[in-house]
Amino acid sequence: MKNIWQILVVDDEEVMCESMAAWLREDGYRVDTASRGKQAVEMAAQTDYAIYFIDLKMPGGMDGIETLMEIHRIHPEASVVIITAYATVDTAIQAMKEGAQEYIVKPCNPQEISMLVSRIIKVKNLQRENAILRKKLTRQYNYRDIITKNARMQDILQLTQDIASLRSTVLIRGESGTGKELVARAIHFSGDRSTKPFITVSCAALTETLLETELFGYEKGSFTGAGAQTKGKFELANGGTIFLDEIGDISPKLQADLLRVLQERAFYRVGGSEEVRVDVRVIAATHKDLQQAIRDGNFRDDLYYRLNVIEIRIPPLRERREDIPLLADHLLERIAREFGKEIASVSEGAMRMLMDYDWPGNVRELENAIERACVTTRTRVLAEADFAFLEREVSARRAWSVPAGMPLEEIERRAIIATLERTSGNIKEAAAALKIDRSTLYDKLKRYEITR
Amino acid sequence: MPIGAVPEELLAATERTVVEWFPFDPYRLPPLPMPPSAWQPERGQYESVTIMKALAAACPPDAARLLGLTTADIAIPMLSFLFGQAQFNGPIALVSVSRLRQDFYGLEPDHDLLLERLAKEVLHELGHTSGLIHCADPQCAMSLSTHVGLVDAKQASFCAVCGSQLVRRLTSSNG
Repeated sequence: MKNIWQILVVDDEEVMCESMAAWLREDGYRVDTASRGKQAVEMAAQTDYAIYFIDLKMPGGMDGIETLMEIHRIHPEASVVIITAYATVDTAIQAMKEGAQEYIVKPCNPQEISMLVSRIIKVKNLQRENAILRKKLTRQYNYRDIITKNARMQDILQLTQDIASLRSTVLIRGESGTGKELVARAIHFSGDRSTKPFITVSCAALTETLLETELFGYEKGSFTGAGAQTKGKFELANGGTIFLDEIGDISPKLQADLLRVLQERAFYRVGGSEEVRVDVRVIAATHKDLQQAIRDGNFRDDLYYRLNVIEIRIPPLRERREDIPLLADHLLERIAREFGKEIASVSEGAMRMLMDYDWPGNVRELENAIERACVTTRTRVLAEADFAFLEREVSARRAWSVPAGMPLEEIERRAIIATLERTSGNIKEAAAALKIDRSTLYDKLKRYEITR
Repeated sequence: MPIGAVPEELLAATERTVVEWFPFDPYRLPPLPMPPSAWQPERGQYESVTIMKALAAACPPDAARLLGLTTADIAIPMLSFLFGQAQFNGPIALVSVSRLRQDFYGLEPDHDLLLERLAKEVLHELGHTSGLIHCADPQCAMSLSTHVGLVDAKQASFCAVCGSQLVRRLTSSNG
């Protein structure tokens, strides 16, 4: 654990610097030395040291206090220990006022300095651990972790806040990977249910029977293997929120059961006759068009209206391209840290590539792409080559994309040529594909001077 | 290598410790006079870095390690005293017996205790020359002693972790 921490010793006396550094190295720390304040500040700009030991009196240029102030400008949280041969109350007060963590008079007892170092490192370890944990929490539950500057997304974030403490059912719509669960969590953890459970059920992952027992639990002996009474997700979520992902995939029977829970706030365990009452907020999500499913007879309209009290539609990533650089940087920082790799950024060219790509899998696909690039890269900056696996899709998309500003006649001409190429010159097939008459196609061929 | 006059029994005890733990054949160099510039009249102590430099200058090219032994009280600018010093992963080490003596603390001299403490500090400093860092086990010779009580708390031996690291380092680099 120690060797992750670096210490900087700053003193104009080489003997002092080197002997102190040697002593700290024996304790397992990585130690650098600087003979001048200016040099120390330059080194601090490169590395955030855990502790700075700075001699108060250094001839020529910056003294200890000035060095301390400069380092604090770069690292406001830096732990600086001011060292001096002469203890005067004035300098001690000044050093502490400027933010020195400790003030020691040399020579000092080895025990004193050993305890000082371990005390500071102990705090650093706790701070580091805390930062990691806080980031983890923020990442999963906080609004701030839904990274966006897109106006529609901003509206959604505002809406999640407004509805956080209501009990109304929410239906979140959006393609796969757009962050439906993240929005659901944001609603739950911003409201007055935040200390109560947030339970996720992926409805698409389970068969009808399994999903039924999963949602409502079962009584002992209700089926082979039902050894003891078991609570379902609705009971586990009591007081909190249940997030039903892929709600469009549930069977008609479960749709009826779910409708009953939404209407009565009560249900029966599988094989049970005792009614179980719960206070659960339901947030459902789907990537399907439920209204179309209603028209096709696959989804109950009464359930739809029960679920769709508040509707949130999350735009796909391709409709919020301005978020791609923000998301890429955020994901890169997290993934690089998780992998313990020092990858600083995404190159300009690679970022253009990411912006050009359509991301059918949305943010999740972007995350996977960055993870894949992080695994394979050998440099500190992710370049276009690191995203070569996207190239095929990107060029395919470029071939397809609407060339803005191109005359309509030219677009028509190219569409006809491309179609004829695909049909190997068969006019009848080409006309059918283009949904025009054969005669119309002939006319256009003549007009655009296309020869077969 | 004695620095200044060092009693024969301390030198002999040091050699016994080295033979017991390290694959080195100890041989004794003639005493190195204490470098006059190491003396710090305002502190009444000898400056350890200057002695280490003198040892480095006197180190024979074929020596795997050069361990200096002194009866003088040593220190570095930052610290009020040292029991010893070593080049981390380097050949030079230095042990001072001054503060290992009971009489330094106004107590009755105890020759056996002195030899025991000396053995622990010799192991500790030679451990550093082989790249070992301080050990969290207070009984291990590599634990940091900031006062003589902590020297007494440790054994004249390495814990299992430091011991196996030492063997690995000594065998991989041929000492």
